[in-house]
Amino acid sequence: MDVARLVELNAAYARTIDNEQFEQWPELFTDPCLYKVTTAENVAKGYEAGIIYADSRAMLQDRVSALRKANIYERQRYRHVVGLPVVLGHDGAAATVETPFLIVRIMGDGTMALFATGCYRDRVAADGAGTLKFAERIVVCDGARFDTLVAIPL
Amino acid sequence: MDIRHDASVHEPATAPNRPWPEESLARVPYWVYQDPDNYTREQRRIFEGATWNFVCLETDVPAKGDYRTNQVGGLPVIVVRDADGSINCFENRCAHRGALIAFDDGGNVQNNFKCIYHAWSYDLAGNLRGIAYERGINGAGGMPRDFERGTHSPRKLRTATLCGLVFATLSPDTPPIEDYLGTEILGRLRRVLNRPIRIMGRFTQPLPNNWKLYVENVKDTYHASLLHLFFATFRITRLTQAGGVLVSPDGGHHASYTIGSEDAPGAAAYREKDLRSERDDYKLADPSMLDPVDEFGDRIQLQMLTIFPSVVLQQVHNCLAVRQVVPRGTDGMELRWTYFGFADDTPEMNKRRLKQQNLVGPAGLVSMEDGCVGGFVQRGIAEAGDRISVVEMGGNTAESQATRATETAVRGFWQAYRRHMGY
Repeated sequence: MDVARLVELNAAYARTIDNEQFEQWPELFTDPCLYKVTTAENVAKGYEAGIIYADSRAMLQDRVSALRKANIYERQRYRHVVGLPVVLGHDGAAATVETPFLIVRIMGDGTMALFATGCYRDRVAADGAGTLKFAERIVVCDGARFDTLVAIPL
Repeated sequence: MDIRHDASVHEPATAPNRPWPEESLARVPYWVYQDPDNYTREQRRIFEGATWNFVCLETDVPAKGDYRTNQVGGLPVIVVRDADGSINCFENRCAHRGALIAFDDGGNVQNNFKCIYHAWSYDLAGNLRGIAYERGINGAGGMPRDFERGTHSPRKLRTATLCGLVFATLSPDTPPIEDYLGTEILGRLRRVLNRPIRIMGRFTQPLPNNWKLYVENVKDTYHASLLHLFFATFRITRLTQAGGVLVSPDGGHHASYTIGSEDAPGAAAYREKDLRSERDDYKLADPSMLDPVDEFGDRIQLQMLTIFPSVVLQQVHNCLAVRQVVPRGTDGMELRWTYFGFADDTPEMNKRRLKQQNLVGPAGLVSMEDGCVGGFVQRGIAEAGDRISVVEMGGNTAESQATRATETAVRGFWQAYRRHMGY
């Protein structure tokens, strides 16, 4: 798996969320897929739950529809800083990749705070057209604390 | 009933700094969410008073020496399984210099805890057993001969286990947990926790508000369809759903519930009307997270249960969780979520729970607003400590009501709160 293409995929992912182009976010996943937000502690203990858990692109779309139309929260956006991906293996169908991240949350009044750090544990596969997509993106946060609420995907 | 009188509170009834403005349960002064002296008083009279505080799940400490650390209000405690199978709880504070005896979330210690600072050690009941260099070195130094270890142990809390939940209390006057809850709330607790559970995940949600604002929010059935728009937006709500609120006789505990609508009169008509008005862009693209099964066999789809002062048991369809409310100063708190299922869940049920966990929690599609609304109150009342809020939906008493358009359980909280606080 070409690391430069993984960097590009991660950059597109970060840009999509940070520029609030949420409708394009599900397009970065295969269908079916797995997107989950959890913590390092839960992973270490073998606990499967996530605060977000989606196993289809449609579920990701529903999350976007909800944050656009239903959920109420103070204006905020994220700034992702995504590190370099490390390819841990390839099984023919997909590459296993880990990428560290850091997310700053910027509130409507300008307050900036470190919101989450962690590691994306991904399975990345090429679709029919050769475009790389996330078959799995497990967002493993270093800490177990989620301040106030998580409306926007990490 | 004179809610100010409470013989069970040992603490000398020092006068509160500020008067409670009115006798009615339907009025609450805003200083109660702001005042530092009131916050200290809560620690002494509520968390260290005649209340049962959730400290861990039984499954957290299955074997001898297994322990968890937690807080009772602000008081750090250790909960540990003893050799005889009983569960002990004692203050997590070394008798020597006050350091935490255990600083991890949990683990196993075999036979004793040892403070890292000067290696004073404690048995599984919290008794001070060992003092490093107690007799000095080569006859010099050491503790005085008349130092009595027995009188220097950390404070011990009584424990009670119920349906896999472990509670602790510092007060000798706290009634047995079953009496504390009352038969109705006990029945609602047993309804959900009816067999061995398995933990599915833990998350902590710091909230920018006083702890009581969150407890009130859980007890407030009035706000649900008004603040939380997910079900309405995606046309999932059924107006015909029946439900109500049970409040314990002392007011402190509650269980609210919503009953499925299949057989409710008018449900079919509502569904037809609903279908006609449905627009595709307001439908869920993947409704698989709303594929609940009636696992308790009583058509109750949602049940929120609170145990005074600080724990919530949640059943939202098949998404089950315990939420512990931990105060962190007058204007902050932590909400500690433990999602769970049952030990005998099938893989299908496990998947169903994982999907439904999207509905609730820090990122809950249905209820994430609960994370921010307490902070909106805390900020809104910034300069209104001498003003009062109105809690009058459904009257000004705190009895069980067969409607959710009521704040009866919120008034129940204040009934219990004022009794414990001497207000």
